[in-house]
Amino acid sequence: MQKAILQLETLACPTCMQKIAGAIANVDGVEKTSVKVLFNASKAKANFDPDKTNLDTITQAVKNIGYDVLKASAK
Amino acid sequence: MQKWLMKNRNRLTAISGILIVLAFAAKWLFKSETGASGLLLAASLIGGFPIAASAWQALKVKVISIDLLVTLAILGAFVIQEFEESAIVAFLFLFGAYLEQKTLAKTRSAIKELVEMVPETALRQTEDGDFEEVDLDDLDEGDILLVKTGGKIPVDGEVVYGSGTANEASITGESMPLGKKLGDPVYAGTILENGTIRIKAEKVGDETTFGKIIELVEEAQDSKSQAERLIDRFSKYYTPVVLLLAIIVGLISQDLELAVTILVLGCPGALVIGVPVSNVAGIGNGAKQGILFKGSEVITKFSKVDTIMFDKTGTLTYGDPRVSQVKKYGQGQLAEQLLVSVEKESAHPLAKAITGYYEDLEAKEVESSQVLQGGGIVAQVAGRQVLVGNRYLLDQYHVPVTKEMEKNLEELASAGNSLVLVAVNGQLELALGLKDEIRAGVKEDLAALKKLGVKNLLLLSGDNQKTVDLVAEELGLTEAYGQLLPEDKAEFVKKRQAAGEIVAFVGDGINDSPSLARADIGIAMGSGTDVAIETSNVVLMNGSFDRIPRALALAKATRRNMIENITIALAVVAVLLVSVLASSWMNMAIGMFVHEGSILVVILNAMRLLAYRSKLQKSRKLIENNFSQAEGPYNKGIESIQ
Repeated sequence: MQKAILQLETLACPTCMQKIAGAIANVDGVEKTSVKVLFNASKAKANFDPDKTNLDTITQAVKNIGYDVLKASAK
Repeated sequence: MQKWLMKNRNRLTAISGILIVLAFAAKWLFKSETGASGLLLAASLIGGFPIAASAWQALKVKVISIDLLVTLAILGAFVIQEFEESAIVAFLFLFGAYLEQKTLAKTRSAIKELVEMVPETALRQTEDGDFEEVDLDDLDEGDILLVKTGGKIPVDGEVVYGSGTANEASITGESMPLGKKLGDPVYAGTILENGTIRIKAEKVGDETTFGKIIELVEEAQDSKSQAERLIDRFSKYYTPVVLLLAIIVGLISQDLELAVTILVLGCPGALVIGVPVSNVAGIGNGAKQGILFKGSEVITKFSKVDTIMFDKTGTLTYGDPRVSQVKKYGQGQLAEQLLVSVEKESAHPLAKAITGYYEDLEAKEVESSQVLQGGGIVAQVAGRQVLVGNRYLLDQYHVPVTKEMEKNLEELASAGNSLVLVAVNGQLELALGLKDEIRAGVKEDLAALKKLGVKNLLLLSGDNQKTVDLVAEELGLTEAYGQLLPEDKAEFVKKRQAAGEIVAFVGDGINDSPSLARADIGIAMGSGTDVAIETSNVVLMNGSFDRIPRALALAKATRRNMIENITIALAVVAVLLVSVLASSWMNMAIGMFVHEGSILVVILNAMRLLAYRSKLQKSRKLIENNFSQAEGPYNKGIESIQ
């Protein structure tokens, strides 16, 4: 399991959190219960299985619903 | 497409706003109803499009969002040909979101300033000895980095070349510059005010003390209290329920306008954002002063605290006892030498003070030594039996104590000393009084806590009851208990909790950890050490005692702010609901206006917290400046942060 940390553009509405969390959780290989969107820090964190998916796929999932990802890292 | 919409959202908002103004101009100045309708239709489409797009994106990930309610409302207004209302609703919704973003950024500014304390790049030594600028993410442990005057220190490490002074306020809250020379530790997020140094990186990125603080604050700002989780769950179902309600009302009343109005009024707004926004502002304000609340649950509990228990040594006092008086019976010198011999082998805090006091005396070889729990040490030195400890130890070994000695001991104890008694071969030879200075300003801080509504201030200590009583009297504590072991203290916490009190425990973070963990609120005075950060609910980055009343005042202010915001939100919902049913003037445009307005009101209300300073703090500022000189040597403790 790796942990992805995405720095997002500034989040303004609490419902954005639901959308982003939903988008990340829907990526195959992401541990659904681990998805966490930090509203104030505008960050998303999630554990994922590096055999099934990767950081780029997760980043793309967030970008697809219209939110910019400023920085992404995995560890 | 989605990206383009996001990027140009503000422009679309502005265009739809301008179109609305033009439409009203057309209607009133040129009496052109059709022109106005056309312009309003255009404004509705331009404003409604980005909202509909977001609603669709949310639906794709199975979320019924507030955008969907607004989109349906706009569509509904189209059907009944109320273009004026649809245009205004779309515009206000977009414009409100814009203002929210701007004001929210303000409430988050405190934490943003903190994050920016770490530089983006660092100067790293290359193999040929030059320095190149590299991204912070590319740094590794062991890199040699150059920091110049005024520069931000990028990593935790050790000075390997040069010297200077650093301001470590960002991690300790203490703004007195500290000298940094060869071998001294430096910390990421602090500033080199003077000099040029090279440092060897030991911890980089998230691993640094500062990185951990940032992560803690970020997590804390988003942590949810029970009340918030309730609101969250509520709002998750709330939006679909509003949608359902609007459909039902529409079907029964056959009044599409009423149904659409319910959609707009039902948007969850201030209620969802009100509490988190207070939380962020309060936690942000605290972080700037070196007070870290681990989440909003902590703020809520701490604001209701009725009992605060303090450890004595290292909490109310500097934790640095010194020998203040020595009474000698018998020959003296030899007994002192024997005492030093025994204490050299002990790790007890008082032992350090005693060996320090008798620095010049040579120690003899200790043949055997045994610790008697709760009494002291029994040792064999140079063929003599040496007892070092308290009265209990002497009694165990039937050491005679004369009336005169008794009086001496009494005097020492009532002067606030901790006693160390030394008997050689069954005769009392020495009585030492050790004193630990009370921290500057503690008395005023305790008084401030009482003023803030804390009913009970307890002192729990392992020290003798006399000393403890004396300290309690001097400082104005309500109760004081001595001769307690760490587990006794935890038992005390438990007992008071069982009596229905909300208990905070202030201790040193290491030997008081059972009590810190047991208490509702644990506060460790550990100057930002890892242990202190982990065991506490409220972390005081700077060991200074005056942060406690500040923290309590801030917690109370934050809690008040949350309640205000909830009240505002509920009142708005109630007013809207009543007026939609009972008045004729309510329509969806006004509803949207009130709705967006209430969101801004709660954000602005929370922003007041950012500037919050307790009255106490203002008046203490002066005293503090005078004390900072005197407290100088204690800054050294900060250097032991890891």
